[in-house]
Amino acid sequence: MNYSKSQLISLVALRFIVGWHFLYEGLTKIFTPSWTSKAYLLDSGGFASSFFVWIAKNQTLLTFNDTINAWVLTLIGLFLILGCFEHLATIMGMLLLSLYYLSHPPFPGIDYMFPSDGSYFIINKTIVEIASLAVICCFPTAHIIGIKRFFNKNRRK
Amino acid sequence: MDSDNTISGSKQYSRREILAGLASIPVIGVIGYGLFQHINDRNKKLAPLLDDISSILPKGISPVVEGETIRLGIVGTGSRGKYLMKALGFLHPSRLDQYIESAKKSNEWAQYLNDFYAQEDLNIEITAICDVFDKNANWGVETAANIHRNGTGGKMGNAPKRFLTYQELVASPDVDAVIIATPDHLHIPVALEAVKNNKHIYCEKPLSCTVEETFAIREAVKESEIIFQLGHQGRQTENYHIAKSLINIGVIGKISLIEVCTNRNDPNGAWVYEIDPDANENTIDWKQFIGPAPWHEFSLERFFRWRCWWDYSTGLSGDLFTHEYDALNQILGLGIPYSATASGGIYYYKDGRTVPDVLNMAFEYPNRELTLLYSATLASEKERGKVIMGHDAYMELNKTLLVVADPKSTRYKEKIEKGIIEPHKPIFSYVPGQEKVDAITTPTEKYFAGRGLLYTYRDGKSFDTSHLHLREWLNCIRLNNGLQPSCDIDQAFEEAITAHMGTISYLQGRRTYWDADKQKII
Repeated sequence: MNYSKSQLISLVALRFIVGWHFLYEGLTKIFTPSWTSKAYLLDSGGFASSFFVWIAKNQTLLTFNDTINAWVLTLIGLFLILGCFEHLATIMGMLLLSLYYLSHPPFPGIDYMFPSDGSYFIINKTIVEIASLAVICCFPTAHIIGIKRFFNKNRRK
Repeated sequence: MDSDNTISGSKQYSRREILAGLASIPVIGVIGYGLFQHINDRNKKLAPLLDDISSILPKGISPVVEGETIRLGIVGTGSRGKYLMKALGFLHPSRLDQYIESAKKSNEWAQYLNDFYAQEDLNIEITAICDVFDKNANWGVETAANIHRNGTGGKMGNAPKRFLTYQELVASPDVDAVIIATPDHLHIPVALEAVKNNKHIYCEKPLSCTVEETFAIREAVKESEIIFQLGHQGRQTENYHIAKSLINIGVIGKISLIEVCTNRNDPNGAWVYEIDPDANENTIDWKQFIGPAPWHEFSLERFFRWRCWWDYSTGLSGDLFTHEYDALNQILGLGIPYSATASGGIYYYKDGRTVPDVLNMAFEYPNRELTLLYSATLASEKERGKVIMGHDAYMELNKTLLVVADPKSTRYKEKIEKGIIEPHKPIFSYVPGQEKVDAITTPTEKYFAGRGLLYTYRDGKSFDTSHLHLREWLNCIRLNNGLQPSCDIDQAFEEAITAHMGTISYLQGRRTYWDADKQKII
C-alpha cells in the first residue's frame, strides 16, 4: 500500500498515540501491585453486567483477568509503538476495548459510580479508540516505520 | 543500495532504513520516563506514614476452643434474637429456602448464603427458647432444630424446649449459658436471674434501662464466676482495631473533639416496625412483656414498637449512641465522662412516642482534655461521619478508615511544606478487605463504603461481626481461666452509665455529672 507523505505521517502518528495510551495504561497497572479491576467490574452496567460482576466476585478469575489485562495492554502498546505484529495487536486491542465498552456502555438510564470525564450517548472514547485501531489495522504502517521493516522481505528499497 | 547511505559494518540496511525501523525507540524512552515519574510520585505519597499496614491488621480469628458442647438458652427470639441465631449458625428452614431462591437471582445473596454456610460450627446446642409471643417462640424452636442448615423438608435435629417464662429457662439444668435479646427493660431482670443460676450471659446492648439496675448487675456479675459479654459486636470490627493502633502511634496528634452521629430517615429506622397480623392478646403474654415497667393496657403498638417508649426503651442514647460510644471506648478507652449535657425533642414522629427523635449530647472529658459530641436525627439521612479530630490530622471512621492531615499540623509541617503531604487529602486510607494502603481516595472506597455494615474482615475474608462476638464469648466460657471477653461487665457498665447520663440530662433539662469517688450520677 502506497501512502503520500502526509498520509504516512498521520497514520504513524495515530499508531504511536494509540500505542502510547495502551502501553502506559498497561505498565502503570503492572507497577501498581494493589491495582485491581474489582470495583470497576462490580460497577458495570448494561445487558452484559452480570458477566463482569461474576468475574469480579470470583477471586481466581479476577486475579487472572487483572494480570492478563495489564500484560495484554502493555504488549499491544509495545507492538504498536515498535511497529511489529501490527495486525495481531490491533485485533486484540479492538477485542479488549469491546469488553471495556460492554462493561460500561454509555446507554441512557445507566448510572455508574465511577465519574465519567465527559457526556456520552452510545458513542464514547472507547468506541473512538476502537475506530482508531480499525484504521491502523486497515492501513498498516509498521512495514514502513517500525521494526517490521527489518523482517519484511519486500521492504522498500 | 548506495554505499554512502550504508552504516559502516552493515551490509543490509541503509541509515535511512534503520532510522525508519527504530523511529519508535525514543517514544518508548519518553513513556519509560513518564512511568518512572509516576511511580516515584506515588511512592512519595505513600511514604509519609506506613507503606504497609499489615503489621497492624488484626490477624485471622481465634479458633473455636475445643471442649464440651455448650447448651444455650435464648430469651427473646424477635428480630435481634433471630439474627443472633443466624450468627450462631441457625436459620429457620423456610428462611433458608428464601436465601437459596434469592441466591439464584442475585450475586450478593449468593455471597450472603455462602458466608452463612462457611460459618464455622461453634459446638453449641440450643436447648431452650423463651419468647412471650407464641409465633416468635415457635419460630425460634424450629430454627434451633435446624442443626444441619437445611431448607424445608430437610433433616432436623432435636427441638429445644420452649419455656413460658425466663425464670424457668435460666433455672433449667439443660442450659449452660443464656443469650438475652429482649426489649431493653427486661435485659437486667433476665440477667440477674441468670447470674443467680450461675449461667453465663450474652446480653444485647444497651446493658440496662435504669441506673440502679446497672449497679446491681455489675455487682452480681463481679461476685459470680460467669462469663459476661455485652452485645456490641463492633468490638470485632477490623477498622476500630486499626484506628486504635494508628492513634496509639500518634498519627493524628492530640485529640480535642470527637463527633459521632446517627442519621436515619425511614419508619423502620425510627422504630416504627410492622405489626404482625398473628399477634393478639391470646398469642402474647402481655403481663410478662410489661415485667418491671409501669402497667399499660394491651397494645400491639407498644409491643412491636417498644423502642418508642421510655417504659421499655432507652431511646436514642441507649439504642444508637451506645454503638458509637462503645466504638470510641474501644479505640480510646474513654470511660465514663465527667459531665453530660443533652437536648432535643420529638420533632418529626408525632405518633405518641415518648422518646425523642432528635437528640444532641455533649460529654466532657476534662481529664482527657476532649469533648465527645453526639448528634442524632431520625428524619434525615444526611450522612455525617464518625470523626476523631486531632491537632495533626482527623480520622474519619465509616466503613472505610481515612486519616486526613491538618494544614496547620505540627507533626506534618515539614512534609506539607515539601509537598509530600497534601492537606485535605487522605494520607492514609483503609478499605476493609484489602491489605494495601491507598494514598489517594478512589471511587473504590466509595463503593466498598456502601456495603458490609454487618461484616468485618480478617485476612481479607469477610465475617459476620456478631458471629465473631458470640464466638469470643463461647471461647472464654470453654477456656474457663478467668479471661473475660472484650465487652465485659466493666465496659458494659461504662456504656450504660454514659448513656444514662445523657438521658437524665435530656429528661431533666440539666447537666449531669459522674462522681467517680462515690460512683454516682449527680
